[in-house]
Amino acid sequence: MSAAALRPDLALICDWIRPGSRVLDLGCGDGALLSHLTRGFGVRGYGLEIDPENLARCVESGVNVIQADLDDGLKDFETRSFDYVLMTQALQALQRPDQALSEILRVGKTAIVTFPNFGHWRVRAALAMGRMPVTPSLPETWYNTPNIHLCTVADFEELCRERGWRIIHRRLLDRTHHDGLRIRLAPNLFSEVAQYMLQGPAA
Amino acid sequence: MNAYPADSVGRVVPRKIAIEQPLALDCGRTLPRHELMVETYGTLNADASNAVLICHALSGDHHAAGYHGDDDRKPGWWDNCIGPGKPIDTARFYVVSLNNLGGCRGSTGPNSINPDTGAPWGPDFPLLTVRDWVRSQALLADVLGIRQWAAVIGGSLGGMQVMQWAIDLPERIRHAVVIASAPKISAQNIAFNEIARQAILSDPDFHGGRFYGENVVPSRGLKLARMLGHITYLSDQAMRAKFGRELKAATPSFNFDVEFEVESYLRYQGQSFVDRFDANTYLLMTKALDYFDPAREFGDDLAAAFRQARARFLVIAFTSDWRFSPARSREIVKSLVDAGRDVSYALIDSQLGHDDFLMPLPQYHRVLRSYLARALEPAA
Repeated sequence: MSAAALRPDLALICDWIRPGSRVLDLGCGDGALLSHLTRGFGVRGYGLEIDPENLARCVESGVNVIQADLDDGLKDFETRSFDYVLMTQALQALQRPDQALSEILRVGKTAIVTFPNFGHWRVRAALAMGRMPVTPSLPETWYNTPNIHLCTVADFEELCRERGWRIIHRRLLDRTHHDGLRIRLAPNLFSEVAQYMLQGPAA
Repeated sequence: MNAYPADSVGRVVPRKIAIEQPLALDCGRTLPRHELMVETYGTLNADASNAVLICHALSGDHHAAGYHGDDDRKPGWWDNCIGPGKPIDTARFYVVSLNNLGGCRGSTGPNSINPDTGAPWGPDFPLLTVRDWVRSQALLADVLGIRQWAAVIGGSLGGMQVMQWAIDLPERIRHAVVIASAPKISAQNIAFNEIARQAILSDPDFHGGRFYGENVVPSRGLKLARMLGHITYLSDQAMRAKFGRELKAATPSFNFDVEFEVESYLRYQGQSFVDRFDANTYLLMTKALDYFDPAREFGDDLAAAFRQARARFLVIAFTSDWRFSPARSREIVKSLVDAGRDVSYALIDSQLGHDDFLMPLPQYHRVLRSYLARALEPAA
């Protein structure tokens, strides 16, 4: 698979991953990112995926995939056994995102987490009009959305501060995965996609 | 001329292959030579890189696919999975299926003649381990000119042979497919096996295993053992769906004849097993199950055992299987991940229980087919 075929938000994450490292991708979907990292960057890794269709597609593309429910936690994985644990666009669909992050930072030396920013102006505008937001980056309606724990960039950073998790990098992007002056001036208002690299409390 | 289904391997002829090298067994004894009944499907390619070994479970044999004759009622035991275009695709792979050493379907075992006495081995046949089978299968691979298997595949006790292959002979296996298996069986599982063994051992017709000369078989014991086994291979839900509490007659008859459908089923399964299986082989197979524990010689650290392996793994479990539950497969997966081995794990939604590993469930066969489609690619 060529880099061009990779979803842009996933392509950006590749820059953060050291070639040859050991990676666990939580909610790996059809395995595109893992396949790209394995073939292009010499990464050794596994994806976790609950959906049977996605699992079969991962097997078809030859990536290591383990069928698992992220809400069951990462108890089958040893502490600090991965260089990176990734979770792209899944945090907001979990029962307890805070516990998941804590587990991710136990198993991985470094966590890479992406989520849709609920502080974006479109969301705020919809709520100001008295309606649950339906936006290009959050296209589901309130009754059928898998996203049960949405947060804003400010909420997320507050949680990191409370728990002592260190933000090593962050990228705040619009939905075409670019940043810009507006986002730099008012990130929580203008970013739609948030990408964070985190590490646990300094030893 | 009988027309077999297009996706069948068609008519197959088993052959007996003599292994002339001595085989040193875990029990300390040595078999100077032994014979294995083998079937093969498909064609071995020029560099012998497309060979797949099928390892059978407790009561399996070499007849995994196809038909022995035009009047065969049923094809081999895994015919739904092995054939041209099937998940184990005989258009691409050369598939080898054998009756394990100690079996009763033509390979050297308790019911074959001990050359030292001229009589059947019976209880004098050595007890075997999964490692012994792997050694025997490796000698078979030598005879067939197969230096490295593209894949070794097995369910249940067969899956244990697959793991042992990957650990003991890492250079000789590229892909390990472990289905509905366990890294070692539980105390509960050993308990079931012990009841099965006691049923056989306490049958007066067993004669200490020397029943061949008495013109009897310990059919009551073997039948009971199989009935017990069948209960554990099915889920509670499957039994309820299949039999419910249906009485065969309109009213209870207040005696111990067959009254419920499930009793009729178990008696039928038990009886048909007696007609095709040997009691001494059953004892031997259950002991091999009990003994299996590849972590033992690595300080009870399964991950350390798997660090020996070089193969890529596919592990498959079934939601309704309580005899070899998904939790046991996850132990295998965890140890493989800890050991840094390549592994994929699929949990198949199922109804039947342990027996589902023999069923053509669409997701199961899709995953197996997709995985094996890559098994001919050279190792990374």
